[in-house]
Amino acid sequence: MAEGVKPRVKAPKSASAGETVVIKTLISHQMESGQRKDSDGNVIPRSIINRFTCDYNGQNIIDVTLAPAISTNPYFEFEAVIPDAGDMKFTWYDDDGSVYEETKSVAIA
Amino acid sequence: GAGVAVTLMLPARGALAAAEDRIAEFTGGAATGEGGITLTTPEIAENGNTVPIEVDAPGAVSIMVLASGNPTPDVCTFNFGPLAGAQRASTRIRLAGTQDVVAVAKMADGSFVQAQNTVKVTIGGCGG
Amino acid sequence: GNWAKLAAQQALTQDQLLEFDTFGNVTLMHVTDIHGQLKPIYFREPEINLGVGAVNGLPPHVTGEDFLKMFDIKPGTPEAYALTYVDFVSLAKSYGRMGGLDRVATVLNAIRADRPDALLLDGGDTWHGSYTCLKTEAQDMVNVMNALKPDAMTSHWEFTLGIDRVNEIVEGLDFPFLGANIFDAEWDEPAYEPYQMFERGGAKIAVIGQAFPYMPIANPGWMFPGLSFGVREERMYEVVQEVRDAGADLVVVLSHNGFDVDRKMAGQVPGIDVILTGHTHDALPEPVLVGNTLLIASGSNGKFVTRLDLDVQNGQMMGFRHKLIPIFSDVIEPDADVATLIDEQRAPYKAELEEVLGTTDTLLYRRGNFNGTWDDLICNALIEEREADIALSPGFRWAPSLLPGDPITREDLFNATSMSYPAAYRSEMTGETLNVIMEDVADNLFNPDPYYQQGGDMVRVGGMGYHIDVSKPQGSRITNMTLLKTGEPIDPARSYVVSGWASVNEDTEGPAIWDVVESYIKRMGTVHVDPNKSVKVTGP
Ligand SMILES: [Mn+2]
Ligand SMILES: [Mn+2]
Repeated sequence: MAEGVKPRVKAPKSASAGETVVIKTLISHQMESGQRKDSDGNVIPRSIINRFTCDYNGQNIIDVTLAPAISTNPYFEFEAVIPDAGDMKFTWYDDDGSVYEETKSVAIA
Repeated sequence: GAGVAVTLMLPARGALAAAEDRIAEFTGGAATGEGGITLTTPEIAENGNTVPIEVDAPGAVSIMVLASGNPTPDVCTFNFGPLAGAQRASTRIRLAGTQDVVAVAKMADGSFVQAQNTVKVTIGGCGG
Repeated sequence: GNWAKLAAQQALTQDQLLEFDTFGNVTLMHVTDIHGQLKPIYFREPEINLGVGAVNGLPPHVTGEDFLKMFDIKPGTPEAYALTYVDFVSLAKSYGRMGGLDRVATVLNAIRADRPDALLLDGGDTWHGSYTCLKTEAQDMVNVMNALKPDAMTSHWEFTLGIDRVNEIVEGLDFPFLGANIFDAEWDEPAYEPYQMFERGGAKIAVIGQAFPYMPIANPGWMFPGLSFGVREERMYEVVQEVRDAGADLVVVLSHNGFDVDRKMAGQVPGIDVILTGHTHDALPEPVLVGNTLLIASGSNGKFVTRLDLDVQNGQMMGFRHKLIPIFSDVIEPDADVATLIDEQRAPYKAELEEVLGTTDTLLYRRGNFNGTWDDLICNALIEEREADIALSPGFRWAPSLLPGDPITREDLFNATSMSYPAAYRSEMTGETLNVIMEDVADNLFNPDPYYQQGGDMVRVGGMGYHIDVSKPQGSRITNMTLLKTGEPIDPARSYVVSGWASVNEDTEGPAIWDVVESYIKRMGTVHVDPNKSVKVTGP
């Protein structure tokens, strides 16, 4: 399992019903491409986040498939509609089978 | 000035062909139109290892991004769900050298539109 | 001689230089690219300033006799001396040095006497470029510029002070440090104020700052980690909309894009009335119009102040009157307070500044697309002192000129080399790597799309000749690379010892460039630079 993986999210704590809000996410991750070699000339095996999803109250906002060409510490910015109060769930899927999750609650102002 | 190790590469024919193949897989061989999709990239990458890109295709179901000059062209595919506030997303990508970044959007009606920008990856140095 | 100098200067008066028929309700004053020059200097304008593609032959890509013809300037006049390289040495002896921020202060005060609420806008490259600026981490420039009371500034070389020092200075400024295109690289959020609104002459004026777009590429990004720049045309579009929505009657972009980038941006982004250009150090006696947008080019090194009077009514620029005021230092009376302040900044360093290192029997200048004599001197020093086959010197556009016979003081040397990453490296490069570097730099200068240019000049090369066809694409501009000492073609597979300076890489090692050049000058006593015939240029 990759070490020191830490998700961070910028999402508003509240919104008006039906409002579109901007979400930003970062996750600290090496995103080892599988194309680099170590000092002995051996290929360092690929180990990346291969999928990222964001759902709100069980409904999908965005579902992203990632290749090794996504930079270290993958960053995403996107927009979401907030129909009512609830939980925004962020999920990152690692090649090694690890799943990292983060949840942010949004209130209706 | 530039006292550096240099690994700037121009896209190999093979990489461009691979990108064409990926587009054909994504579209099922359908032709791609222009317009209706905006791809925003820096003209010159500040760092080839982390190049910010943004795609915006109102009404799209999904948007595939390719780096046509990388050893393998795949970058990412954004699939937009019912609660997407816009069919717009940003991320940061790795570019192995100066090349065209390509974005292809699948629209709700099953049609496809495409945009591409040249991003220059440079050694840097010097100035006014 | 003296008689000619007196006669020439008597033909010029301060009143004449300041003469201006006040117009409209708004006055903008623009200075840019001062590069640390507190005192009057000589600055020879370029002989070669090629424009490629659509801008070939358009200002500012016009020099010498062509420039004089285009702007209807008689040879031998003060304007010809200030704006072109023609007869530079003899005219310099007649008309003397230009600039000096105490003289600039006099001009600004005179304009303010006429229009008390005139806006002073500084285009950046202010906190860099001299011995005292380096030693005080730009405090000398900050102190003197504060006395001139700018209303806003933008930036480029400022960031080579390091991000902490920049922010320390910015916190203490009485005016905003603007950069709509500067973003925090982690969360992609604006890092500095994008614009400032002013009320002048009954009009709301938005001044939008645009910092140098290629900061982390052209200069060491590790000195300001976490910041991202870029042209960001879409951001400029948004900010113009935002200020128009906020009621701006006049939209001014205080830019450090470089002239061709600004020309393209003016055509792409609607709603900009005036772009005060910077970075490319062009001095133009008239605005360039793109649609209804005025592009103003105010030179560099304190040589000029632009006065732009505008008639702004109901959200529209109805008309303008413009003057590029040349700062003839022997004609314009220094402002006593600012002169004293300048002396105070310099006093602690007086002995070092004035130390004579040698003499030049050649005109030393840098500005121009290809090798200038200052850089030829630096390249010669690198080859000799660092025992290199080939020397590389960056295509900077700053550095005042020295006349044949002038002593070279330490101040003069630092005026051409002062920077925060001065290490003179010595390394081995293959012929192929050298070619890739030359092609890369050439594309940053001669790419036909201005947004892909960086606005410097071609890297200066010592010990190696080459041909360049500026009209070709990247990868095929540079041919006939030749090792000068043997006359043999550069072998792509062979390694050459290369010495250069101002690398953007953090781990660069070597003595400071000024130490290398100082020891060379001291050894030579009198330096002589032969005319450079090793670069052959075709194709604009
Ligand atoms: Mn400058
Ligand atoms: Mn500059």
